[in-house]
Amino acid sequence: MALLEIRDLHVHYGAIHALQGIDLIIEAGQIVTLIGANGAGKSTTLRTISGLLRPSAGTLAYDGQSLIGQPPHEIVRRGVAHAPEGRGIFANFTVAENLAIGAYARRDKGGIARDLEWALTLFPRLRERLTQSAATLSGGEQQMLAIGRALLARPRLLLLDEPSLGLAPQVVQTIFQIIRAINAAGTTILLVEQNAHMALQTAHYGYVLEVGRIALHATAAELAASDRVRRAYLGVA
Amino acid sequence: MTSANARWVAPRPAAAGTTWLYSLLPLLAAIALAAALHFGLQPAIGPFRTNVLMNIGINVILAVSLNIVNGFTGQFSIGHAGFMAVGGYTAAAITYYTSFRVWGDALMHGGVLSGVPANGWLTAGDALFVGSCLAGGLLAAVAGYLVGLPSLRLRGDYLAIVTLGFGEIVRVLLQQSDSDIPYLAADVQRMSVWQMARHLGGALGFSGVPFYTTPFWVWLFAAVTLLVAFRVKRSSYGRAFLSIREDETAAEAMGVALTRFKVRAFVLAAFFAGIAGGLFAHEIGTALNPRELGFMKSFDIVIMVVLGGMGSISGAALAAAILTILPEVLRSPPHVWPLGLVAIVFVLMVRRKAGRRAALTLAAVTVALEAVRAAALWQGVNLADYRMVLYALSLVVMMIVRPKGLFGVREIWDYRPLGRRRAATVAVG
Repeated sequence: MALLEIRDLHVHYGAIHALQGIDLIIEAGQIVTLIGANGAGKSTTLRTISGLLRPSAGTLAYDGQSLIGQPPHEIVRRGVAHAPEGRGIFANFTVAENLAIGAYARRDKGGIARDLEWALTLFPRLRERLTQSAATLSGGEQQMLAIGRALLARPRLLLLDEPSLGLAPQVVQTIFQIIRAINAAGTTILLVEQNAHMALQTAHYGYVLEVGRIALHATAAELAASDRVRRAYLGVA
Repeated sequence: MTSANARWVAPRPAAAGTTWLYSLLPLLAAIALAAALHFGLQPAIGPFRTNVLMNIGINVILAVSLNIVNGFTGQFSIGHAGFMAVGGYTAAAITYYTSFRVWGDALMHGGVLSGVPANGWLTAGDALFVGSCLAGGLLAAVAGYLVGLPSLRLRGDYLAIVTLGFGEIVRVLLQQSDSDIPYLAADVQRMSVWQMARHLGGALGFSGVPFYTTPFWVWLFAAVTLLVAFRVKRSSYGRAFLSIREDETAAEAMGVALTRFKVRAFVLAAFFAGIAGGLFAHEIGTALNPRELGFMKSFDIVIMVVLGGMGSISGAALAAAILTILPEVLRSPPHVWPLGLVAIVFVLMVRRKAGRRAALTLAAVTVALEAVRAAALWQGVNLADYRMVLYALSLVVMMIVRPKGLFGVREIWDYRPLGRRRAATVAVG
């Protein structure tokens, strides 16, 4: 059974029809990427899954249960964590406090300590900066913190919104390696990216979103090979 | 390595059996401190300063509680006096009318009146007074819940307008209450509870409320307020409040139930404001009337929070104390240079080289104030007549020199002399 199954999902911002009936299936254990241009509705899709937005129509089933109408904190509790676009770091908190907020919905202290250790193993830079104010982190470190914080919710499904945004190529490489490692440890990932090249290299399966509709979907390898994707998103003539 | 970092997430020191004792200690310390202030300091400083001491305590309660909404959670409430009024009038009505029903009059029934020889300690009258303050706090908390509800959907300026509206509604309703307060036991005996709730003195105010408020009770409640505020700030609750202030969307995405926590912040803040109202209502030298508890009072409290630093408990408390004393001190302005010197040394010790500019600014302000004082003395101008101007001017200077308030989101002890600044005290645990 698919971990997440979206059918005919519509989202409106007032009069703007942002998502016009998308279907999307995420199999457990995979990295699925959602690529597309600015304004295609990628972030909207993530925000709808995590309950920050309410769809106007359609179904959204996670682990066989509908998420529609559930408040965000309930969705986090069920195992969907969202590292939002622009990172959403709490600048006045220390790194440790930011990580602790990630585990907010949990009560199992032993599990939290284990997941913290895991996140700090994945991101050794954060370990060095635990007591430092998050505002003093570099862009790459802030992105690491955003992902690490989401991991502390112990998600079964991790939603990553533009993790490469504004980062140096080398840092992007590091982040994507870690994304693979997180997935290898058993977390299913929905990755939204503008950097289609990196995304398709990393993911198992991909969806191409164009102005609120799914234009294409196939395995990542097939997408990377398709002429349409190569022309539009990979910059290959 | 593992344990060193794990400690950052779960600092749980005390053994399970002693935890309750451990958590009781601060409360015992608070009672001791309040008693010391009452029996030690009060006789030494005389009735006028005792009153100032009580006003400071009441304002500390108000500022620290408003700080939970405006500072921790980042909402902007400018109707705090409304909660104070709800609590104050509730407490006053309960004490006044119950005294008639039980004792046949509303005079003091025991209790230690400030500046008056003791006629009993922890008497029936005191019990009635404390109970009515708590009841006032609870009713204010209910009002806080009702005002908190619209904040689910409103942010920033819009919420501010709602809270302002709430404060005004409370004020006008109290103004429209019946001004005929019965002063004969026989009249009170005939009244129903509903009638009592409607006879609150109207625009003239609720007169005849017995003066039970003493430094002991004020500072006990102030200590409890401070204690609760610190406990909240250092708990996972506090982290949730502060995360809402930092970034609502991110907090929501992390699983913080926004609506629930915003309402909780309002309820908690309103409860303590209600208690402060109860203390105010039973204080000697204050007038419990709707005008006193209008939006001007709300702004005074907001100023304390902003001046102390949004989110800083010690800042709010210190600002409350300073702003309560300042208008009194300005009646006969003393030299300011000793205070300026202390501030300069403090800044230089904490910030060292980085503090040079701030120190220079402080020095300039000190010199300017001394010059004004000297000029006034020379010209024979009574500065006391202009004290509210000076008060306002000092606020303006403060906001220009240090816009984030005295301590920002930090606490006073986060600024360690000769050391690096710590990040905000938001504990992990």
